[in-house]
Amino acid sequence: MAFLELNNVSKSYVSGPGGKRLPVLENINLKVEEGEFIAIVGFSGSGKTTLISLIAGLLNPDEGEILLRGQPVLSPGPDRGVVFQNYSLLPWLSVYGNVRLAVGKAFPSWLPRQKDRQTHKFIDLVKLTPAVAKYPRELSGGMRQRVAVARALAMNPQMLLLDEPLSALDALTRATLQDEIEKIWEKERKTVILITNDVDEGILLADRIIPLNPGPSATLGPEFPITLPRPRNRQQLNHDARYKMIRNQIIEYLMDVRGDVAGFRVPEDLVLPDLEPRYVSSDSLKG
Amino acid sequence: MSDRMIKNKKGQVSLGATAFPPNGLSLKAGDILLKLWVSLGIPVAAFSIFIWLWSAGAASVQTSLGTLPGPQAVFAQAGTLWQEHWEEKGKEKEFYFKQREQNAQKLAQDPAYQVKARKYTGKPTYLDQIITSLITVFTGFVIASLVAIPIGILCGLNRIIMIAFNPFIQIFKPVSPLAWLPLVTMIVSAVYTTQNGGIEKCFIISAITVSLCSLWPTLINTAQGVSSIDKDIINVSRVLNLGWFTHVFKIVLPSSLPLIFTGLRISLGVGWMVLIASEMLAQNPGLGKFVWDEFQNGSSNSLARIMVAVLTIGVLGFILDRLMVLLQKTVNFQK
Repeated sequence: MAFLELNNVSKSYVSGPGGKRLPVLENINLKVEEGEFIAIVGFSGSGKTTLISLIAGLLNPDEGEILLRGQPVLSPGPDRGVVFQNYSLLPWLSVYGNVRLAVGKAFPSWLPRQKDRQTHKFIDLVKLTPAVAKYPRELSGGMRQRVAVARALAMNPQMLLLDEPLSALDALTRATLQDEIEKIWEKERKTVILITNDVDEGILLADRIIPLNPGPSATLGPEFPITLPRPRNRQQLNHDARYKMIRNQIIEYLMDVRGDVAGFRVPEDLVLPDLEPRYVSSDSLKG
Repeated sequence: MSDRMIKNKKGQVSLGATAFPPNGLSLKAGDILLKLWVSLGIPVAAFSIFIWLWSAGAASVQTSLGTLPGPQAVFAQAGTLWQEHWEEKGKEKEFYFKQREQNAQKLAQDPAYQVKARKYTGKPTYLDQIITSLITVFTGFVIASLVAIPIGILCGLNRIIMIAFNPFIQIFKPVSPLAWLPLVTMIVSAVYTTQNGGIEKCFIISAITVSLCSLWPTLINTAQGVSSIDKDIINVSRVLNLGWFTHVFKIVLPSSLPLIFTGLRISLGVGWMVLIASEMLAQNPGLGKFVWDEFQNGSSNSLARIMVAVLTIGVLGFILDRLMVLLQKTVNFQK
């Protein structure tokens, strides 16, 4: 039995007063082993967030079942830490307060001193000790996302669900945080499901990449195992033939599958119209 | 310059939308003067015109209590009220001093003498009445907040509760304090029967009337604030698996505080407005009673004294509102 199992999971939303059902995910099957790092790659709007919400227990599937260690997932729990795309920090709490709230909830029987130590330990892990008393509005996007990571990890969850955690960040911050997530993962060895729209990010971090075909009725594509040795170095990867091959395979797959679903392909050559901007002046109005 | 020029279709050159920079002349001193004029000069000028119109117009209005008082008369009455306050305070001091002296004397003559301490029974002065009004409005405001915030939170959290409360909110919100007052008076008189000292009945009646009229803005704003919390923040609460109480106190309450305070600010304004009417009718010894008594009194000074009260009510209302704005700023985390 796998650590996490999704069996024939389907989910659709009822939209509007007409009650029209809009299928989002259909027939999703996934098995994740303990300690594995899985990346699910897909275009925006393909139902990635729905998928992670289902695993987190924020949503329940219409059909099928989600099993964590054989137990069905019905509601959110402290065994699954979630990092949201838009940080979702509580703006009225400091960095310490945000992490501490989660620690207090995850370890209610601990002494205040222990909770305090745990909070500081994980703020230190994401290198935010100098900003411990700051409020989210005083932090940059990257720092906010670190707080969110610290908050999720400090609860000591069995698995970590990352919902496009880095897609709102600039490229440099993104690269730094990718490296840090890898280091933290090496240290903590949690089971991780990373949702991303960045194939390179997936290759850098994951053991397996699974494409999510575009919705509606999104399904999971064939998995791509990443056997590149760890720790993976960004610079070295760029010259690695295997890296290039797997990257091309995945991108090709994604482009193909999008063409199939959306029913359109970009023509080879786009002819741009030969236009000159006109400036409306009083003269041209008269003429 | 050439990059700002765009050719139109006739080949003529026209200027682009970009504005020219100022032509090098320093406008700084002029700017400051202009700003000073706008922020200070205009209000002062407007106020001067108002005073002039008032003094010119008032003289031509003949009432049964003489001509309508102008600004000078009102200013003079404000001074008189201030003086009366200190005279009254002096009398009070004297009274207590004499009482103490008499008691000491009697004790000296007869060691078994039971010391009597009487309270000074002089009439409340204008300043006393202002303080009574402030205490009454705060009591009413606190009662209103204690009722409105919890109900507002419940309404915001639960749609069913909201639907249940909505008709009451809609129906009772527009009711005037003058309509509530007789009812409140009868109910308080029936329920609150302790006569020996304690809190004055008229104070309770005024305070409750104030709260009945001022709780609605807080209730509506709280419900609005709670029901419009960011969905992501709700998700955080669910992912952290927070219990109901932690959810309410750590998530719901802080995130809706800005709107709650907006509601409280409106409530205090409404309460202050309602207070004067309810004090008039309930005979609570505050500003409302002062206005009413002066009106009934009908002396040649009455109209000027009422105008002093009108201005006092306005200025105090303004100060209360500013205080609430300050409080609101301290809780606003989304700076």
